[in-house]
Amino acid sequence: MPWNFDSDKPIFVQLVERLESDIVSGKYSPGEKLPTVRELAVEAAVNPNTMQKAYGELERLGLVYTQRTSGRFVTEDSKLIDRTRKTLAEKNVREFLAGMKEIGIDRDEAVRMLTGGNK
Amino acid sequence: MSTILECKGLSHSYGQKKALDDISFTLESGRITGIFGPNGSGKTTLIKMLAGMIHDDKNAVTICGYPVGAGTRAVVSYSPDRVMYKADKQISDIMDSYEIMFDDFDKNAARQFLDEFGLDEKQHVGELSKGSAAKLQIILTMSRKASLYLLDEPFSGIDPVAAESIIRIMLKSIPDDSSLILTTHQISQVEQIIDEAMFIKDGRLILHEPVEDMRDKNGKSLTDAYLEEFR
Repeated sequence: MPWNFDSDKPIFVQLVERLESDIVSGKYSPGEKLPTVRELAVEAAVNPNTMQKAYGELERLGLVYTQRTSGRFVTEDSKLIDRTRKTLAEKNVREFLAGMKEIGIDRDEAVRMLTGGNK
Repeated sequence: MSTILECKGLSHSYGQKKALDDISFTLESGRITGIFGPNGSGKTTLIKMLAGMIHDDKNAVTICGYPVGAGTRAVVSYSPDRVMYKADKQISDIMDSYEIMFDDFDKNAARQFLDEFGLDEKQHVGELSKGSAAKLQIILTMSRKASLYLLDEPFSGIDPVAAESIIRIMLKSIPDDSSLILTTHQISQVEQIIDEAMFIKDGRLILHEPVEDMRDKNGKSLTDAYLEEFR
């Protein structure tokens, strides 16, 4: 199945987020070899240049490293993976609260609903 | 990166009607470019001129440094906007002719794709569904190791599953140092795979921009940008 993207936001950014979350969730475990740019571009049905750029960004962030002859691997730095998890979680919370605000539910009420205190 | 194609001031008329009007652009290797525009805007004329199917007496286009002609046909793999094989031909016969016509045709690659995408070389073109015929055409076009691939309306009249297969065949087989140009009206189908978009209106090139820039700068999808321009 091709991966789904918002066509009005850069695919590059969405690819990075998707791969970060695949690493954090353990779909790709620490130290695991990643598919090649071409393989993953075909799987996701995205432009190979965009996939290359996304891998480059993950390398810059330290989540992925390249071994010259054998390919790309997920980092084994569990602290970095935890930090990335936290960043992604905070982003999800912000988006959740923004969505609630849009339908007229403030932060306190949203928290009450989350913890089941609204019943 | 190297320059695959250079087009400087290309024009063409059918009698009084100007089909292409002073078109200029450059394409680098490793890029997928989409040409978009309404029916009759000049897309197919442009592709045909790049493929050498319509003669350009001014030599406005060079491909890998050579003017379009017999010399460039060896490095350009072209798929027209209609089925290019006769109904009574067997797939294996067509592959034999490709092998004779094109030195860069990789028969083994073609066989693997046929297998992967549910075609059998014993089948005749006449018994294929529209989607399968389209897949066959793209498989054979992409099984050449060309410098430039020209795909005119590869998705026209086929279902979304066959269209997805065609995208995968393209992505799997395009060499890193080649360039690919396609035209299509199914813009949303190609949002994710296009590097650069060209909009053509009344024979003129009115926009040539990386699609990621459209999204980044203007928060616009390719489809949005198209509708805004041509609605």
